[in-house]
Amino acid sequence: MFPASKMPNKQPPRKQSINIGRGARKRDEDSGTEVGEGADEWAQSKATVRPPDQLELTDAELKEEFTRILTANNPHAPQNIVRYSFKEGTYKFIGIVNQMAVHFSHVGNLIPRDSDEGRRQHYRDKLAAGSQESTKVAISETEILEEEEPKEAETEAGSQTDMPAAEAAEKVTEEELMTPKQPKEQKLTNQFNFSERASQTINNPLRDRECQMEPPPRTNFSATANQWEIYDAYVEELEKQEKTKEKEKAKTPVAKKVGKIAMRKMASIESQSDDITKVTQAAKIMERMVNQNTFDDIAQDFKYYEDAADEYRDQEGTLLPLWKFQNDKAKHLAVTALCWNPKYKDLFAVGHGSYDFMKQSRGMLLFYSMKNPSFPEYSFSSESGIMCLDIHVDHPYLVVVGHYDGNVAIYNLKKPHSQPSFRSSAKSGKHTDPVWQVRWQKDDMDNNLNFFSVSSDGRIVSWTLLKSELVHTDVIKLKVEGSTTDGLNGLQLHTVGCGTAFDFHKEIDYMFLVGTEEGKIYKCSKSYSSKFLDTYDAHNMAVDAVSWNPYHSKVFMSCSSDWTVKIWDHTIKTPMFIYDLNSAVGDVAWAPYSSTVFAAVTTNGKAHVFDLSINKYEAICNQPVVAKKKNKITHVQFNPVYPIIIVGDDRGHVTCLKLSPNLRKMPKGVRVLYRPR
Amino acid sequence: MAEVEETLKRIQSHKGVVGTMVVNAEGIPIRTTLDNSTTVQYSGLLHQLTMKAKSTVRDIDPQNDLTFLRIRSKKHEIMVAPDKEYLLIVIQNPCE
Repeated sequence: MFPASKMPNKQPPRKQSINIGRGARKRDEDSGTEVGEGADEWAQSKATVRPPDQLELTDAELKEEFTRILTANNPHAPQNIVRYSFKEGTYKFIGIVNQMAVHFSHVGNLIPRDSDEGRRQHYRDKLAAGSQESTKVAISETEILEEEEPKEAETEAGSQTDMPAAEAAEKVTEEELMTPKQPKEQKLTNQFNFSERASQTINNPLRDRECQMEPPPRTNFSATANQWEIYDAYVEELEKQEKTKEKEKAKTPVAKKVGKIAMRKMASIESQSDDITKVTQAAKIMERMVNQNTFDDIAQDFKYYEDAADEYRDQEGTLLPLWKFQNDKAKHLAVTALCWNPKYKDLFAVGHGSYDFMKQSRGMLLFYSMKNPSFPEYSFSSESGIMCLDIHVDHPYLVVVGHYDGNVAIYNLKKPHSQPSFRSSAKSGKHTDPVWQVRWQKDDMDNNLNFFSVSSDGRIVSWTLLKSELVHTDVIKLKVEGSTTDGLNGLQLHTVGCGTAFDFHKEIDYMFLVGTEEGKIYKCSKSYSSKFLDTYDAHNMAVDAVSWNPYHSKVFMSCSSDWTVKIWDHTIKTPMFIYDLNSAVGDVAWAPYSSTVFAAVTTNGKAHVFDLSINKYEAICNQPVVAKKKNKITHVQFNPVYPIIIVGDDRGHVTCLKLSPNLRKMPKGVRVLYRPR
Repeated sequence: MAEVEETLKRIQSHKGVVGTMVVNAEGIPIRTTLDNSTTVQYSGLLHQLTMKAKSTVRDIDPQNDLTFLRIRSKKHEIMVAPDKEYLLIVIQNPCE
């Protein structure tokens, strides 16, 4: 009521100035203020009261006016800050000074209400508030109860308080339910009358039950999925599909049976066969590689060596010996025939037999590849010596051979038999004398294979392969002109000429030449069986070989045991060139790359190569090619592609020689069919 | 069958050939002319190398396939001819 803070000093002066106060009251009525009775003392104290320790100032000093300016300057801010200026190098006075004075700073933590943290805090506060409310309610209820208690009787209060307590408890529980996720479940127990009751049931004992089976059998499978494995799988699929297609096509019950039996046989054979047969292909390749290693330098020479000395040799050339092919089985047999395979340029056929009338034995047919000089690729043996052979151009696996006993046979290289596929016999019209030459012809109208053969019995026979038999047709019987004799019963017997060689014209199909033992060459036609188109008195001894020039359709060449090689124009009766080689000439052959180059081999072991464009009268190469002088060379053949020749001798050896560059010159301006490799 | 045997014999008796062996697809030697330990060593190592070489060739072009593998070393030359199921290995001293 009465403020404690009073000016204690005023007490004594008030006592003094009570009277004064009263007197002043009257004056105050004029001012209009109505003051209460108690205020008399207050109103009376109008006169200034001076505290005793107040500063004594004169009036003049009192009247002095002090101007007080309210500025925004901070009175505590320094007014004379001096800083060192590095630019000018002196201390400089800074006029502007920071005038801010911080009176109070407090780091606050305001969070916007809508931010995540704000919302979270708000939520938490709600929960806290909710629990507080419930506690507050409970607390307030209990307070009420407590207050109610002293007013009412205990028992009554108890029952009554029970109800509100229960109600309160209910309320609390309701509130508890309503507020989600209460941090603590507060169990509200009745403070006065509460007892917990619990009961326990018998827990059934637990027992594990298991059942185990045998694990399923497992295997590990791993494979790689490469590009090529995928490719292989596709290829297999394709093959299977094609097989099923073929089976569907060739469906007949009989065929099926046969097929099945054959299949079964095949399968059984395969299973029975030794594992080693599957290495055949690999073994073959390996053998070739081993040979290549051994004959490495020869192979290199064959491929790359060019005799540089040819530049200085003035158009002469040399023959470089490469491989030598020989086989034990054909040791004592002479080489009687040589032929290059038209398809595989490294494969050639060698026929073995004997030229000796007295010593006739067996014969052999061997196929060598340049890739394997030590062993033949194919070998066939026959009872009678082979005198000649020819390989079919279109079917390079068919070889026809003529035997000393007059038989002809066809061998099929595709089949593994060592016996010929077809053979003539006495019944089927074999020759009665050795067959000196055989030549394949073009397939006839019915696509049957056919070939010609010439023999000393004077017959030129055309053989045709009909299905599985050889059928012969006499084309021409060689008769020596002007030698008819009178035989029995007035029949005119003609002396039969002996054909020893023949050659068919490259372009004019029906025309061919036949050389005979008498030294004559007949120009014949397939269509005329009794008349010759022309006769040439070629040699004094048997004609060993005749050969048409591959480029000039008019020119042919012949060689003979009378030591000469003659070149003819078939329209002229006399030869164009005659070469005397000092020894019986075994064979002549034109070069496939030039129309003017040819080779001749003689029995003194020499090979002669002529090039008519360079030297018309002499050989440009004259070289012994076989080891011993007694070794007679019997045949020579040019390789159609590579610059090599093979030479066969009567010891059974075949030597391969490389032609030096001078021998391979191709004439300019002349049609050339050969492209060098 | 005899032909293959003959061919193998010829290879073995060829000039400079030290030994030959035939190895099956799993690397187990079937036939050999060398002693056991050497054979096992050669077959195991060369089998792996051949597989690798074959894989290389075929990865580059699946239509291609390895036909022959030659390893020339200072002392001799090892030649491997892979087949569908077998491997033919020949060791030769090339005459130099």
